Amino acid sequence: MIEQLQLLGNQTRGSFAKLGRGTLFLLQTLTGIGSVIPRPRLLLNQLYSVGVLSFLIITISGLFVGMVLSLQGYYTLSDFGAEASLGLMVATSLVRELGPVVSALLFAGRAGSALTAEIGLMKATEQLSGMEMMAVDPIQRIIAPRFLAGLIAMPLLAGLFSAIGILGGQLVGSGLLGVDDGAYWAQMQAKIDFQGDIVNGIIKSLTFGFVTTWIALFEGYDATPTAEGVSRATTRTVVNSAFSVLGLDFILTALMFGDD
Amino acid sequence: MDYFLPRMDTFVSNQNSLVSVRDLSFSRGTKIIFDNVSLDFERGKITAIMGPSGTGKTTLLKLIGGQLHPAQGTILVDGENVHQLPRKQLFQFRKRIGMLFQSGALLTDMNVYDNVAFPLREHTHLPESMIRSLVLMKLQAVGLRGAKDFMPNELSGGMARRVALARAIALDPMMILYDEPFTGQDPISMGVLVHLIKSLNSALGLTSIIVSHDVHETSAIADYIYVLADGKIIGQGTPDAIRQSSSAWIQQFMTGTADGPVHFHYPAKDYLDDLLLSGKRY
Repeated sequence: MIEQLQLLGNQTRGSFAKLGRGTLFLLQTLTGIGSVIPRPRLLLNQLYSVGVLSFLIITISGLFVGMVLSLQGYYTLSDFGAEASLGLMVATSLVRELGPVVSALLFAGRAGSALTAEIGLMKATEQLSGMEMMAVDPIQRIIAPRFLAGLIAMPLLAGLFSAIGILGGQLVGSGLLGVDDGAYWAQMQAKIDFQGDIVNGIIKSLTFGFVTTWIALFEGYDATPTAEGVSRATTRTVVNSAFSVLGLDFILTALMFGDD
Repeated sequence: MDYFLPRMDTFVSNQNSLVSVRDLSFSRGTKIIFDNVSLDFERGKITAIMGPSGTGKTTLLKLIGGQLHPAQGTILVDGENVHQLPRKQLFQFRKRIGMLFQSGALLTDMNVYDNVAFPLREHTHLPESMIRSLVLMKLQAVGLRGAKDFMPNELSGGMARRVALARAIALDPMMILYDEPFTGQDPISMGVLVHLIKSLNSALGLTSIIVSHDVHETSAIADYIYVLADGKIIGQGTPDAIRQSSSAWIQQFMTGTADGPVHFHYPAKDYLDDLLLSGKRY
């Protein structure tokens, strides 16, 4: 009993200590961002590996999510004779929710895990330590550009996801199910609000980009520098990112769309 | 108040020493790594720290480089107290020392050329043409100019260490710290490294600190040797003096005998008792 209490106490203390380290790490990273601006090359390289290399998975997933959404939406809407609103339904779901959330989950799996593994291995092979001894701050040189890249890439990827999804929805809706093409686009055009839907969607994906990249970089930086430590850190990145994204999405949705 | 008054024995150290470690204590968890240790590293000389694995030799290098903080004691490098330097000055200070990691610690996403150019690009505003000449000169010095386009994973262990050495001397440091430079090297690479460390030290007027447990190689080039064990210095002197030391411990270390003051068996409970317990859960 006492032992279990002790274990619980230790674990609690451990997780608070980790939270503290994570916060310090974030602050250092944020202050390090200033040093990235005069060196756009560092940022561009990371934008490529975090953003451009995620294009394929985002595009294909977006297409299928849009197609499925259209299919399911049609069956429900046609019961009420409202299949003309299919475009609106697909676009709203994608721009408000599925675009930011699903692309953040994919991003955490594709780019976040890669970041953790990369940073963790750099730590395990003493590259970070070596950099420090060469008077180069790894937070500024390695972490900050990656963080900024994640922050920029996430909303762009979410936008791409939504756009492809809407096209996929149209493909199924008007191509397969015979929904009027004009109605699909017109309702969307009339009802999707720039401020209420698109800006809120961007805020969501910025938040998710911030959190997933932070988690990924910190888990790598804080990993036990062994093969097992890096593998566990990579797993934690994906799991914690998924939890944070879904939890934050609920909070953000409640705040943003509560009044509707 | 006497905290602020320099104690004579603390700050008046050998005029000629570049690094002086005074009353250093450091522990990891409950394990004491250093217990009130004082060492001096003379300018322009090669000083070796020897001792069995796990005696905190690498830790000492990290303490000198300011990556770890001592629990007690001071480390003066060229008159500066490393652990009281603000972060910015600490980074300035690190530009003047090179460190060779056991693994080489080359950046794996760059080729050999870019690895050597890395500190130059980070810390100087030299034009690319001059960086090129400098990099080629450093690579020539370690004999690897022909390997400049290789990626780190294409290099053998010995080559990686030589590239790391070229990188460590890129900014013309005043001192180089070598962490186990000979471990895991074949005889030829070992010979090359021994020769390189010796010749770089005299050609560039460096001060070198070598942490190693390779007795023969290290004592062949070191000017002075400290032997560490259990958090204390158990012997020091020139290689010859160390070899002739009367201490049984040092003799065991230098000759590599299996049993002696350091026992072959790690402390354990009685053998027979242990065997008889084998069927039970304990």
